[in-house]
Amino acid sequence: MGNLTGLLFAGGLGFMLLTLAGGLDFGTPPMLVGSEIQAHAPQQTGAVNIVTSVVLGYRAIDTLGELSILFAAAVSAGLILGRRHTTAGTQTKGGFILYTGGSLLFPLMMTIGFYIIFHGHLTPGGGFQGGVILAAAFFLPLLARPGARLHHKTLSLIEGFAGASFILVGLLAMMEGKAFLQPLLVQDTLGQLISAGTLPLLYLAVGLKVGAELASLLSRLIQTEAPQ
Amino acid sequence: MTSVFDPELILYTTAIGLITIGLAGVVMSSHLFRMVLALVIAEAGANLMLVLAGYRWDAVAPILTSLSEPAAMVDPVPQALVLTAIVIGVGIQALAVSLLIRIRQRYATLDRKEAAERMDSEIAASMGAARDVSQDAPLGERPLPPIPADQVNMRGGDAP
Amino acid sequence: MSDIEVWILLLLALMMLCAAVMVLLVKNHIAAVAAASVVSLGLALLFVIMRAPDVAMTEAAVGVGLSSLILALALRRLGLWKVDSEQVKYILLSHGGENKDG
Repeated sequence: MGNLTGLLFAGGLGFMLLTLAGGLDFGTPPMLVGSEIQAHAPQQTGAVNIVTSVVLGYRAIDTLGELSILFAAAVSAGLILGRRHTTAGTQTKGGFILYTGGSLLFPLMMTIGFYIIFHGHLTPGGGFQGGVILAAAFFLPLLARPGARLHHKTLSLIEGFAGASFILVGLLAMMEGKAFLQPLLVQDTLGQLISAGTLPLLYLAVGLKVGAELASLLSRLIQTEAPQ
Repeated sequence: MTSVFDPELILYTTAIGLITIGLAGVVMSSHLFRMVLALVIAEAGANLMLVLAGYRWDAVAPILTSLSEPAAMVDPVPQALVLTAIVIGVGIQALAVSLLIRIRQRYATLDRKEAAERMDSEIAASMGAARDVSQDAPLGERPLPPIPADQVNMRGGDAP
Repeated sequence: MSDIEVWILLLLALMMLCAAVMVLLVKNHIAAVAAASVVSLGLALLFVIMRAPDVAMTEAAVGVGLSSLILALALRRLGLWKVDSEQVKYILLSHGGENKDG
């Protein structure tokens, strides 16, 4: 009975969405704001990657809201899981390959994470992707050595500092008489590593914040005890 | 399109199929972990739908390669939206998973109905009231319709 | 969109829809997590074809890597990490017998 209702609901929903999608004109986006942004983004933000200029320039407050949602999710997950530490003996020890690989990959993953963050305004990538890679770099040794712990105080310090500096850059723009989080210091060096003004700084803050949040979340998840 | 298959049809069917399968899984599955997985699927479909809304025929990725001859680009705004939505999605997923871990520790079950049952009886016990065990009554706080005066005694139980 | 891209699209779409159905139907929870990450992988490839490299990168890092990691860790913590020999047992939307391990 319940399954039948669910199937009917799903079928009806799919039919409705298909009908709606049939009315859309595929391949010709109806929004005009996109082409407008493409025409002016290189001059206004200095970023070659237009998605970056949308994320950190035109819709930066949206990104700030996204960061606060992620912060709220990470904090509440930490609150729910609590501070239950397992004794080190209960977890299986990582093998030789995992141990060596974890140590070997750590510097490489840090390098590629920061590379992706700093080139966010030039190539695909940016703070979100690089932050996830940084979190993975810190998490890999944790898998190999079950006894090891991440320093939660340091992580939350990094996270708070990154979030504060994101807002600080936005407030600096207001001091200059511009709008909140409007890009500053836009030079005329399109396509260089040092270009796009404050956008790389904002992406660095985003990357550090995302990385610290996800790393602390993962380490909290691995520290909760398994049921017997 | 010279091809046998219409890419528009394929893409929209995939996106809508993922959303539908995911939501059907959320509604129908009885295991709480499957519910989280179904949510992941529905989210993937929604993200694909958003990116499809910004697609343009014969356009390049929204990265400027030369200033002199700007080519037509796909719409960057939905892409920026999806970029943040994916990261939010993983945060929500972690939150849901940690809730599941707590439910497992507290009630020792991951079945949807059983967990709701145990939660309900625990709340009733902490209030000091006997739990209404009727299967017809909704589990939430939705008030039942008023009982006509001539049927009060036939309903039994909790009627005044 | 060229002809070969349409064929790749069709292949990816079939793979993703099959994996999505499998997430709900397969009995083993580890297999369900693997199928969910297959859906994410197909989505990342689709984003590449849809000219969205930023989104594809995010999906590959977050959806395929981190999300599967979180779900697999959660399987351990929930006590659902079981590798049994009868993995090819399909059931309709996971009920009956499931409650014993939960």
